Amino acid sequence: MSYGAWIILTGSLVGVSCGIVGCFLILRKMAMLADAISHTVLLGIVLAYLVSHSLEGIYMLVGAGIIGLLTAFLVQVLDTSGVQSDAAIGVVFTSLFALGVILLSAFAGKVHLDVNHALMGEITFIPWDTLTINGMDLGPSAVWMLGFVLILNLILIFFFYKEIKISSFDPAMATAIGIPVIFIHYLLMSMVSITTVASFDSVGAILVVAMLIVPGATAYLLTDRLIIMLCISAVIGVASAVGGYYAALAWNISISGSMASIAGLIFGLTFILSPKHGLLGKVLARRSISTQHS
Amino acid sequence: MWNEILLTLQDANTQWVLFGSILLGIASGVLGSFALLRKQSLIGDAMAHAALPGICIAFLLYGTKSIGWFLIGAALSGLLATYFIQSIIHHSRIKEDTAIGLVLSVFFGFGIVLLTKIAQSENGNQSGLDDFIFGQAASLVGNDVKVISSVAIVLLIITYLLFKELKLFTFDRQFAKGIGLPTGLLNALLMTLIVSAVVIGLQAVGVILMAAMLITPAISARYWTDRLDRMVIIAGGIGALSGTLGTILSSMANSLPTGPVIVIAATLMFLFSLVFAPKRGLVSKGVKLYKLRKEVARETVLQTLYDLTESTTTSGGEIEFTPQAIAERRPMSDRKLQANLLSLEKEGLVVNSGDKWKLTSNGAVESYEITLNNRLFETYLMYEMKFAHLQLAANDSWNYKELSAETLNELKGYMAVHDRTPKLDPELFATFGNHDEQKREVN
Repeated sequence: MSYGAWIILTGSLVGVSCGIVGCFLILRKMAMLADAISHTVLLGIVLAYLVSHSLEGIYMLVGAGIIGLLTAFLVQVLDTSGVQSDAAIGVVFTSLFALGVILLSAFAGKVHLDVNHALMGEITFIPWDTLTINGMDLGPSAVWMLGFVLILNLILIFFFYKEIKISSFDPAMATAIGIPVIFIHYLLMSMVSITTVASFDSVGAILVVAMLIVPGATAYLLTDRLIIMLCISAVIGVASAVGGYYAALAWNISISGSMASIAGLIFGLTFILSPKHGLLGKVLARRSISTQHS
Repeated sequence: MWNEILLTLQDANTQWVLFGSILLGIASGVLGSFALLRKQSLIGDAMAHAALPGICIAFLLYGTKSIGWFLIGAALSGLLATYFIQSIIHHSRIKEDTAIGLVLSVFFGFGIVLLTKIAQSENGNQSGLDDFIFGQAASLVGNDVKVISSVAIVLLIITYLLFKELKLFTFDRQFAKGIGLPTGLLNALLMTLIVSAVVIGLQAVGVILMAAMLITPAISARYWTDRLDRMVIIAGGIGALSGTLGTILSSMANSLPTGPVIVIAATLMFLFSLVFAPKRGLVSKGVKLYKLRKEVARETVLQTLYDLTESTTTSGGEIEFTPQAIAERRPMSDRKLQANLLSLEKEGLVVNSGDKWKLTSNGAVESYEITLNNRLFETYLMYEMKFAHLQLAANDSWNYKELSAETLNELKGYMAVHDRTPKLDPELFATFGNHDEQKREVN
């Protein structure tokens, strides 16, 4: 496969995994918690490196998973001890992120990560960092990691689909019929953490948030059915990745940044044009009502 | 260590920077309090991220680094982001948190695009725009500090002059509208003030962590007081202190970026407030909870003894009870029950004979009071709607002696309907107890 094709594949995998997980975040009104986790994952990666002295994907996944859960847990703890929830999120993510940045600059010489890389990602380098087993070149390791995370997410969603769905739409009923709501909450948080860390290399911490939230929010304006929302969200994720790549190629700009911008553009169009929930649709509906009455 | 700090402080540039970060900390702490109370802390985060494209566009249009134009660009794109967030919430079914995350990440992504564009241009390297991401107070020069400080002072003066109006608007928007304040204008003004506080902090703290300057000092101050004027002053103080600490530490160690150090300093102060603040802090809450549990356990034991005595005296049985009988009525662990009985014995409210316990006449008076109070409360809860005029501050502050005679009589009437009137009069109990002893003496 060519250089460009690998990048498109990587971007699309990011788009699909983030798009699918993101839908649940939007339905559960936890978008800002995902934002917080995507920031604190940096601390997880730095700590994983300091403990294991390697940049292997698996250590990163474990470290990020632990810190992601810790973030969700700390927010929960502060929330229950009386801090209002937006401030709880704000305090936890800024402090853990600041700690990550300080550690990173304190060990700057030794870690191969640098801060800008962590923030913006380096999708252009992905095709060169290949996975080789027994001398066989199996393609970029980021693609393998993203593929693994995507399949894991799909399996988890497949097995817990009913539980996740009910607890997202009606937590009180879910608790009443005996679904472990807390477990589902932390399961989703771990999915967010590992998806974030797998996408980290490609699009960076901040833009993961764009890929998590924007496709899901767009799909939310287009349909009322969860399964269709998941599919639309995945398609929009891929579309922003591909569109972002070509836009970046055309104007010679950051690929991850243009992926986020294209996603934003798609959302803007949907916000105006969506048949049911868009601005235009609402104006038309209002007009048809007023003509009926006159 | 101290010499080193003093040496750092003698540097003229550091003094300027320090002055700037103190004013910055005060301004963001003060305005952060308003944002926090309006539950809009995370909008500050969105504003800070969204300022990045504004700064880049200002650079592209103006050509060189200029703090004034940067501030204007950042403020405009911050306000635009706020407007987008509010209109997405208003015009679609998307909720606030999604709208904030969406606008924040798309604006930031667009900012990164512009940043890469600038990096390719000829004078891109000297732009120093990277400093805006994590903040580098050391990169501030005298002119920057002058601009930042004057903006901060203007913000503080506006807040001081309009304090009453902003306070009213923050706590009760409807009322503010009712007495004729221009709430739309005040909302726009407050947003502009917050955006300006965010924008002047960007160079020192950075776009990602600027939110912490708004949130952390304000939420820490919330622990110490219930009054807005004091909260604003405390938040300003905490902001100033973390600004000072961050700047000194980061200029002593060159590799440390200023923003994260300031944020960690503020977080430490937050943790201190969380644990040690009077009234709301975890320690004082823990002490309060411990005292309450102790009080409840004492009352439970006394009331149980009363209940048991009440039922046996009416049916003419023993008035001494084993701990097992008490625990059977109201379950409690053996150790806790023993400890409570012993401390009640010290108070002279119960007496111990062998394995059994009974109320003394003092204990009967005390336990009668407790039982009457609790049963009246039960009755009140049953007929809560009829007694809605009572306006209890909290359920645990119930005391029947504070009720008016009329209400008390009414309540006692309902209590009798349900056969919950305490039947064992403590004065009768005293004679009954004496009678018991007399009987024993006779025998």
